[in-house]
Amino acid sequence: MDSYDASESTPRQSTSSRPEDYFIGATFLQKRLESVRKQTSFVPTPPRRKIPHCSLLQEDVDLQKVAFLLHKQWTLYSLTPLYKFSYSNLKEYSRLLNAFIVAEKQKGLAVEVGEDFNIKVIFSTLLGIKGTQRDPEAFLVQILSKSQLPSENRESKVLWTGWFCCIFGDSLLETVSEDFTCLPLFLANGTESNTAIIGTWFQKTFDCYFSPLAINAFNLSWMAAMWTACKMDHYVATTEFLWSVPCSPQSLDISYAIHPEDAKALWDSVHKTPGEVTQEEVDLFMDCLYSHFHRHFKIHLSATRLVRVSTSVASAHTDGKIKILCHKYLIGVLAYLTELAIFQIE
Amino acid sequence: MLKEDCASELKVHLAKSLPLPSSVNRPRIDLIVFVINLHSKYSLQNTEESLRHVDASFFLGKVCFLATGAGRESHCSIHRHTVVKLAHTYQSPLLYCDLEVEAFRATMAQRLVRMLQVCAGHVPGVSALNLLSLLRSSEGPSLEDM
Repeated sequence: MDSYDASESTPRQSTSSRPEDYFIGATFLQKRLESVRKQTSFVPTPPRRKIPHCSLLQEDVDLQKVAFLLHKQWTLYSLTPLYKFSYSNLKEYSRLLNAFIVAEKQKGLAVEVGEDFNIKVIFSTLLGIKGTQRDPEAFLVQILSKSQLPSENRESKVLWTGWFCCIFGDSLLETVSEDFTCLPLFLANGTESNTAIIGTWFQKTFDCYFSPLAINAFNLSWMAAMWTACKMDHYVATTEFLWSVPCSPQSLDISYAIHPEDAKALWDSVHKTPGEVTQEEVDLFMDCLYSHFHRHFKIHLSATRLVRVSTSVASAHTDGKIKILCHKYLIGVLAYLTELAIFQIE
Repeated sequence: MLKEDCASELKVHLAKSLPLPSSVNRPRIDLIVFVINLHSKYSLQNTEESLRHVDASFFLGKVCFLATGAGRESHCSIHRHTVVKLAHTYQSPLLYCDLEVEAFRATMAQRLVRMLQVCAGHVPGVSALNLLSLLRSSEGPSLEDM
């Protein structure tokens, strides 16, 4: 029996050595296949990641212009590259989208009593929202309502805002040809029906595809660690976590609030290498919080699902909702989200 | 698994963690399946704790890891690489199955019963160690970057 086993096992060993030789002489296509195979349905987290710091924000970003991006809740979507999109045709696009929206609304798809059909669509570029020079310019779409009264106060109310951006999207930019514009991250604020209508127009016009970007607990814990690591002059909000406990009949929510300076102190004690964040540090940071909670309440938070993380820099919800509070780290937050969006597209 | 047809008597013992109490007289254990829920870090910690109580002789093909919950990616708190590395450290096969889906559960049950038959020595010509080397060679190339 033993000798039979030995003779069975040796042929296996020789077959396993052949794939090794195969990979040594890898061609470009094989390398691409390798990378595709490695990317499964999970985010391929590199073991190290840079902490976003304020010098990343470009000098030509006007704080006044980006201030409207802060303190608003955005719903996240990932977007495949846009075909034959041109920054010089923005006025044309405004006109077309305006006509489309009016047509859709008159079809009776979104029937609301008293809704003002005098709307105006504006496309504009957002200067400076990019990581490197290679990243395409971010642009903004807004739906404003024109007041029907031809009086002096012609204030238009913003009904819906959406913006497209790409921060450090090199991995995606390399793979697409000239005709495509890569802006994988889309953020929307406004009613769902408007988002759906505008999404349909973009999909028809530029042959792209939107899909909602959910953030899983693994990425939320990374965000918590990265944002706690950011140096802030003063903290505007407490650091808060929300966990959802799966139990019947209704799920239970556990909320854990920490003073932001305590959270930063905890992070500093865990953090070893300057300028980088590693997987072990994130795990240790979260484990400290879990064990502290367990000691007091005898509940294993690690058996629950992290649903929401809220810090002074930004807050994120697992359903793909984000609110950015600090303009210094805007680019840093967007960079991580871009990475998640690119991963979802691929 | 108990629903599967099997020539000999099949007993399944469920436990939340090891070690099992030694006061009870129980039949020989042929296969240990560690179920890791990818939605919960606690599940992974529990498994790591329990692994310490397993006798070394079991790792010659009588231990396997089953990762569940990979289907709902938005609920996952453990990265896939973590469990792959764990399985690699313990030289044991890693199986993926969404235990919440009926069809996958049935398929996985069939597979586990088959593995169990090999580990118990009921299949002539194939031993647990044999099966282990068979399963390992198919995962070879992806572990290069570990």
